[in-house]
Amino acid sequence: MTCREVIEQFLMSYLDGELSAPERASFDEHLSVCGPCRRYLETYKETVRLGKGVGGPTPAEAPEALVKAILEARKKRG
Amino acid sequence: MSAPTDIEARGTPDESRLLARLRAGEASAFEEIVRAHSGHLLAVARRMLRTEEDAQDAVQEAFLSAFKALEKFEGGSRLSTWLHRIVVNACLMKLRSDRRRPSRSIEDLLPTFLEDGHQANPARSWKPDAARGIPPTETQRIVQEAIEMLPEGFREVLVVRDIAGLDTAQAAEQLGMTESAVKTRLHRARQALRELLDPYFREGATP
Repeated sequence: MTCREVIEQFLMSYLDGELSAPERASFDEHLSVCGPCRRYLETYKETVRLGKGVGGPTPAEAPEALVKAILEARKKRG
Repeated sequence: MSAPTDIEARGTPDESRLLARLRAGEASAFEEIVRAHSGHLLAVARRMLRTEEDAQDAVQEAFLSAFKALEKFEGGSRLSTWLHRIVVNACLMKLRSDRRRPSRSIEDLLPTFLEDGHQANPARSWKPDAARGIPPTETQRIVQEAIEMLPEGFREVLVVRDIAGLDTAQAAEQLGMTESAVKTRLHRARQALRELLDPYFREGATP
C-alpha cells in the first residue's frame, strides 16, 4: 500500500471500521513504517474533531423572544 | 428509507397524542413543541450558520415549515428527528443563498503525491491544544472560516455529516446524492479542511 492509497482510498474506511482483515493488516503495516502517514492520520482525526466542535456548547433552551416570535408568526400565517 | 422497528425510533404514545393535538390546531400543543425542541434546534443551526441572527431565522423558518407539513408527517420516525432534518434543510438553504465568498476548486485544496506514491509535503504533527497559544474562541473562528472556504458541494456534505450529525443515509437523502458520493465528498472535504488548518496548528507554526 502506498501513502497515496492509504490517504485517498483507505483512510476513511479504516476509521469507520470497514476495511477487510487483509486491507487492515496492510494499512497497519504501512503505518508502522511510515511516519508521515501516521501524522496524517492523527491530524485528519483532529480535523474531524475540530469540525464537529464548531458552534460551541449546546444551550438548554432557546431565548424566550425566539419562542414568542415563532408562535406569533404561526398565528399570523394561520 | 425503511421505517425503524423499535418504539423509541418510531415515536412514543405521548408523541402520537401531541401530533393529534397539533393537527387539531391546539395552541398549547404548538407552544409545547416549540419549547421542547427549539433549544436543541438552535444549537444545530448555530453550528451550521455564521451569525446568531441567521441561526434564529433558520429555526423560525423550520418550525413554520414543519407546522405547514404536519399532515405529511407519517410518524415513521421521532418528531425530534423530523424537526432536526427540517432545520438542517433550512440552514442549507441559507448557506446556498450566501455566496459572499468565492471558493477554490477542491483539487487545489487536496494533498499531492509524488510519482512513487509518497506524500509530496510529508505531514507534520500538530501541537496539542494547550501548546498552540490560541484561545478556544480563536480556534473556533479559524475552523469556521476554513469550512467556509470549502467548495459548496463539499462544504454542505461536511456540514450535514460532521456538524449537523446526520448519518450517511440521511445525508444522502437530504442532499440528493448517493451514499457513495456522500462518503467520497466527505473524505475530500475533511482532507481539504485539514490542509487549510495545517498552517495554523502544525508544529513550528507561530500563533
